Amino acid sequence: MNFKLKDIVPQLITVTAVVLVFGFFTYNAQINMENRGIDFGYGFLSQESSFDVQFSLIEYDGSHSYFRAYLVGLLNTILVSVIGIIIATILGVIVGVARLSPNYLINKFAAFYVEFFRNIPLLLQIFFWYFAALRALPLPQDAEAIFGVFFLTIKGLYVPAFIWQNFSVFFYSIVAAIIAIIVIRIHAKRVQENQGKQIPVFLISIGLIFILPLLSFLIGGVGISFEVPVLKQLATTSFIYEGGVSLPPELIALTLSLSLYTATFIAECVRAGIQGVGKGQKEAAASIGLTPNQVLKLVIMPQALRIIIPPTTNQYLNLTKNSSLAAAIAYPDLVLVFAGTALMQTGKAIEIVSITMFTYLTLSISISLLMNWYNKKIAIQEK
Amino acid sequence: MMSKINFLKPDKNNLNTFLYLGSFLFLISVLDVFINSFFSLNITGFLPGFLSFLFPLIFGFIGLYFIRIEFSGIKQLDLLNKHINTNNFNAVLSLLIIFVIIKSIPPILSWFVIDASFAGDSKDVCTGSGACWTYIKVWIRRFMYGMYPNAEQWRINLSFIALVLMGSVGYFATDRFKKYLTLYYVVIYPLIAFLFIFFFISGGPVFFDFSYGIIAAILSIILGFFIPAKYKFYYFLIVPLALYITLKYFIFFDEYIELGKLDGLNWVETGAWGGLSLTFIISFFCLIFCFPIGMAFALGRRSNFPLIRYISVGFIEFWRGVPLITVLFMSAVMFPMFLPEDFFIDKLVRAIIAISLFEAAYVAEVIRGGLQALPRGQYEAAKSLGMGYWKMHIFVILPQALKLVIPGIANTFLALVKDTPLIFVVGLLEIVGMLNLAKTNPKWLGFAMEGYVFAAIIFWIICYAMSKYSYNLEQKYKTDR
Repeated sequence: MNFKLKDIVPQLITVTAVVLVFGFFTYNAQINMENRGIDFGYGFLSQESSFDVQFSLIEYDGSHSYFRAYLVGLLNTILVSVIGIIIATILGVIVGVARLSPNYLINKFAAFYVEFFRNIPLLLQIFFWYFAALRALPLPQDAEAIFGVFFLTIKGLYVPAFIWQNFSVFFYSIVAAIIAIIVIRIHAKRVQENQGKQIPVFLISIGLIFILPLLSFLIGGVGISFEVPVLKQLATTSFIYEGGVSLPPELIALTLSLSLYTATFIAECVRAGIQGVGKGQKEAAASIGLTPNQVLKLVIMPQALRIIIPPTTNQYLNLTKNSSLAAAIAYPDLVLVFAGTALMQTGKAIEIVSITMFTYLTLSISISLLMNWYNKKIAIQEK
Repeated sequence: MMSKINFLKPDKNNLNTFLYLGSFLFLISVLDVFINSFFSLNITGFLPGFLSFLFPLIFGFIGLYFIRIEFSGIKQLDLLNKHINTNNFNAVLSLLIIFVIIKSIPPILSWFVIDASFAGDSKDVCTGSGACWTYIKVWIRRFMYGMYPNAEQWRINLSFIALVLMGSVGYFATDRFKKYLTLYYVVIYPLIAFLFIFFFISGGPVFFDFSYGIIAAILSIILGFFIPAKYKFYYFLIVPLALYITLKYFIFFDEYIELGKLDGLNWVETGAWGGLSLTFIISFFCLIFCFPIGMAFALGRRSNFPLIRYISVGFIEFWRGVPLITVLFMSAVMFPMFLPEDFFIDKLVRAIIAISLFEAAYVAEVIRGGLQALPRGQYEAAKSLGMGYWKMHIFVILPQALKLVIPGIANTFLALVKDTPLIFVVGLLEIVGMLNLAKTNPKWLGFAMEGYVFAAIIFWIICYAMSKYSYNLEQKYKTDR
């Protein structure tokens, strides 16, 4: 080992500076907390929270602990993120492909969409949908049914609830179908590699995914019925819908603005990805006699996905982080429930903000690890 | 010569027939939608409901089908077919888009202009179904300047004009001064901007006395003519400041000089700042601060020293992993706990620090991308010329790397501008925050839409201009490899 002074000194200085800054902060925090009589600790998580949350996926009321309030917030954040990611991906792919369309009108329409939505701050869009657009919706008693079962009112969207009999059988039939498809895929690949025969995997897959659940209805005793929301009068001017599932306007405004905003960025990723595949690739694939579908499936998409996935992952992360803007319109997400209400009640600023940040860090890092793994899997195997 | 017509297969032989028939049908369909949309007349009302609804689509589709003739020899027709009418699917989509545009023009136009109210200064004039721009007109000072006192707003205007003028120096610089531009923009200009904003917009304890400052500046410029060009740069770096200090503290006494003395600038708390001007102030400072910090961490992440690398990676990944809103939460509720008890930092400054650190992490990643994209040969060539680390980076690596990442940097800055409304978390109200405040005013209830549309237009113009500017920069500095 030969240590060079030149190598060690800069590192030592940096580390010392970082340690000094952190030490300074910790020292001050200790003194401040002593002066104000706050003690540091995470014990408050098991205490009774005694505040209510409007919208929750799990059972929750004031008698539950702060930890459960944290879970409620986290689940709400995940719910918004997942719905947002799904809608944004679908919309983004459509718009991204439309931007490459030879059709002038479609092309310009998609470009207009992208330029319009991505140059307006997300918070402004959320406010617009929540305070301006959704407030213009009718009151529950004036709402007209969409397809007879959906009710879009100022108090939220009411959709019919599914009431299942023997839901587990249905669920297992879908799981079985998916497993069967995977097995057939692997088998088909092997057959093609060994014997050169092609098995129509796609048709078989579609058949399986429809037929197995259908069988579960016919044989397995699965039943389904809908519970349609019904208008109910609470007082002379106060109406409410009962039954079904109600989606609060906060959730609608948030998912709408998040997915419309993020879709513009995903669209640009998709466009860049497809444009990134050289024209020669398409021509070469066509000249060896592949059909247009095969060209897309076997040549273009595998290469385009390699370019598309890393930036799109970033957009998914951004969407998840941006979902914290929910706090601005009182959608009970992690930031509002935990870093807002719980912090106000307990006053434990350092603990709560650190837990919140750590949660977001974990979410981001786990999504990016997952995507890195996938990215590595599909990357070009260079020699 | 007329040949046999097969209506299912338009061909070139019956070009005129198909052309007239097709364009007639197409025009009928457009006309139907147009009349329906602009004059609310349904000329196909005699048909059953859904048929009347689908009428334009069906007729337009048949019309477009008829005129889809390849190599017709008519230039305009070929262009039309190539661009909007390549196949059935595209024809339907084109029709739908045309109809949507025609349908959406009247409501938008009437809301924005025709039914909107512009006059007056109270809610009473807003009776029409359109927008109430009176609301914007009445509140415009609040949206632009926040709670800044009306009588003092000239200070903001004057500072911004001065800063824009000083910022545009780069365009007028002669070749002799071009080499100092970087120094000017990185060190001097931010300092001047800070002085302006701290002493002029904020007012209060005028450490910087403008009267002395003007005298010092004029004197040093006059003296500057006699300084040899070689030393001019150092002269202007040192002498004005020295002259100012001498004048203020050693020669003049306050009694002797009364001319142009700007006393009585009221102290305006940062809590009263707001509106669009606050958006500009925050974006400006964060932009200035986040760039050098980000550059430092980008270099740190590519450093050969493992400890520095780990610290940089930790910093970057931490800030990139958390949402800005929690960072601002941290700066609002957690940061004061980390400071000595009698030490107070203004919340605007805290917000600016938080946003700068946050955006710096993104800038760092963008710049790292540029550093990685440079071929190794550049590093090796610089080293073989005997350049050290700093010389190599300043003169060879960074100029090339930064050129490569102009679009990425511009995107980060755009994100920064779009993130400024989040400072509502620390209790500062820029334009979106002011809108939310105005919306709850009991005299002006129910005009949320106008406010948000107004803010959206402003932000859109700013962001769109920035992105176009960055595109121009990118084209200007593009070098072929």
